[in-house]
Amino acid sequence: MELLNGKEKMKREISIYFILFAILSLLGGVMFGILGAFQFLMPVFFNWIPFIKSRPLHVSLVIAWIFLSSVGGIYYYLPKYCNVTLFSGKLQKIHLWIFVITGFGVIISYLVGYFGGREYWEFPPILAIPIIISWLLFGINYFKTVFTKTEPWPVYLWMWGTGIFFFLFTYLESNLWNFPYFRDHLVRDITVQWKSNGSLVGSWNMLIYGTAIFLMVRISNDDSIAKTRLAFIMYFLGLTNLIFNWAHHIYIVPNAIWVRYIAYGISMTELLILGKIIWNWKRDLTKALRDFHILAIRFIVASDVWILLNLTLSILLSIPAINIFTHGTHLTVAHAMGSTIGINTMILIGSCLFLIPDITKTQFNLKQSFSISIGFWIMNIILLFFWVALIFAGYHKGYMVVEDKLVFQVMMAKIQPYLAVVAYTGIGIFAGILMIFAPVLKLIKDYIR
Amino acid sequence: MRLNTKRFVSGVLIVSFFVYSIVIYTVGTRIDKGEKYLTIQAKRGKLLFQKKNCIACHQLYGLGGFMGPDLTNTISALGKGPLFAKAFLMAGSERMPNYHLTETEIAELIAFLTYADKTGVSPVKKFEINYDGTVKWKGKDEKGN
Repeated sequence: MELLNGKEKMKREISIYFILFAILSLLGGVMFGILGAFQFLMPVFFNWIPFIKSRPLHVSLVIAWIFLSSVGGIYYYLPKYCNVTLFSGKLQKIHLWIFVITGFGVIISYLVGYFGGREYWEFPPILAIPIIISWLLFGINYFKTVFTKTEPWPVYLWMWGTGIFFFLFTYLESNLWNFPYFRDHLVRDITVQWKSNGSLVGSWNMLIYGTAIFLMVRISNDDSIAKTRLAFIMYFLGLTNLIFNWAHHIYIVPNAIWVRYIAYGISMTELLILGKIIWNWKRDLTKALRDFHILAIRFIVASDVWILLNLTLSILLSIPAINIFTHGTHLTVAHAMGSTIGINTMILIGSCLFLIPDITKTQFNLKQSFSISIGFWIMNIILLFFWVALIFAGYHKGYMVVEDKLVFQVMMAKIQPYLAVVAYTGIGIFAGILMIFAPVLKLIKDYIR
Repeated sequence: MRLNTKRFVSGVLIVSFFVYSIVIYTVGTRIDKGEKYLTIQAKRGKLLFQKKNCIACHQLYGLGGFMGPDLTNTISALGKGPLFAKAFLMAGSERMPNYHLTETEIAELIAFLTYADKTGVSPVKKFEINYDGTVKWKGKDEKGN
């Protein structure tokens, strides 16, 4: 049995609070997502939290889930499995509380209608200051910890470091609008906003994909997976995309032409990643099925399937000739939701299912494992219907643009049936998530007591 | 892969990130066709557009929420225009709350939408698809405006 001194134990236990707040954020985020989806069908539904509030609540809480769960995992995995001692438990604790208190500030600002009004970061810009400070603390803690490691770093340590470094810069960049030079000029403002948003997503993907590779290494007990030349080539390819491919979100914005040519060219390098996935599909599937009984692995396998689907969609949407029809339609939403739920959330649930029994030293009992398994299937099957409904809604809207019949009210009426499927399947996804996390929350509750 | 190779590639990419950022902030976004409509009133209107979180429901250049229509060209669109926009801003609709805006605020928002309208077109409807998957915008300028 592992013997820990009080300080080491405290450092590891803080991760459990990161995960607890992460799960609560996810449950809240999905609930507000469902509310928003029903408001598309009935605009006056639950009128005291109108869509201008439910949408940012949904987005910010889901982003909080992504950050809290990935950061909580990294804080735990570093000292436990990476042969290093965490630089500072105190910084870790401060990081958690800054994040949580700021999170409450963000929720309150939305509820009282006090907005900064930037898509995805709709809270007042003053709240960006504690967020930047918390990431600085995380960066200091992370790099001071990993630079003590003498042997070569596996690729996931590179990915986590890259995620932290680029998040800090791209988040700062997303706040450049506070300066009139960036804010006043609409084309510059939108371009810089989507440059930062695109790279920010790339940054958190580094944290999440790093976590996925870490889990594969731990569960298979094969460290070589994270040290191969191919693993590093894929990492650098991902980093190149993080830096240069963001403009596929804004082909339509009249900035310099070469901005979209660069984005188009770089986005097409993702075909290499897609090719690698397809090439290794049979081998990876055999390996995955062997470990399918391990709950955490089950979610990583599901994320692999969603990567294949979403990467295909994303590559198609990055082709300007297709993007001209799909931009500003629900196809973009399908891509965003498919990635956030199908890829990011699956991996992070896998991480929680590995981490919580590891910290609490308690395994899920048979009933709990059954609940997680059922939740897994409900979530994945219903997510497929949800995703396909969004694709159809987007296709329909795109078709109306081409036919030049895009009268807003007509378009909304035509896609209403698809949006109804989205709203109702949203409830199903929530039920699946609840079945997965109820046993996890029970383990956390028993441990904290 | 050797450590020095990894360091070199990382270094090149990080430097590229910063250089590319500066290029985007300057020459990449120098074009602004609507500059002469960028009045103080329009600038205030843009801040108000953010303060009321309009982007949660509306889009500019197809970016934003889908509860309401794209507002990029609402000022010049056939059957719409400043008065059409003003009616919605004054009273709201089934999908849009009434914000009880003052006359000054409404004028600022319309000034901003007028500026936005002059910067480009969304959605782009006149175009030609090239064999390599790129798109050529047709019209007076390369964006089809």
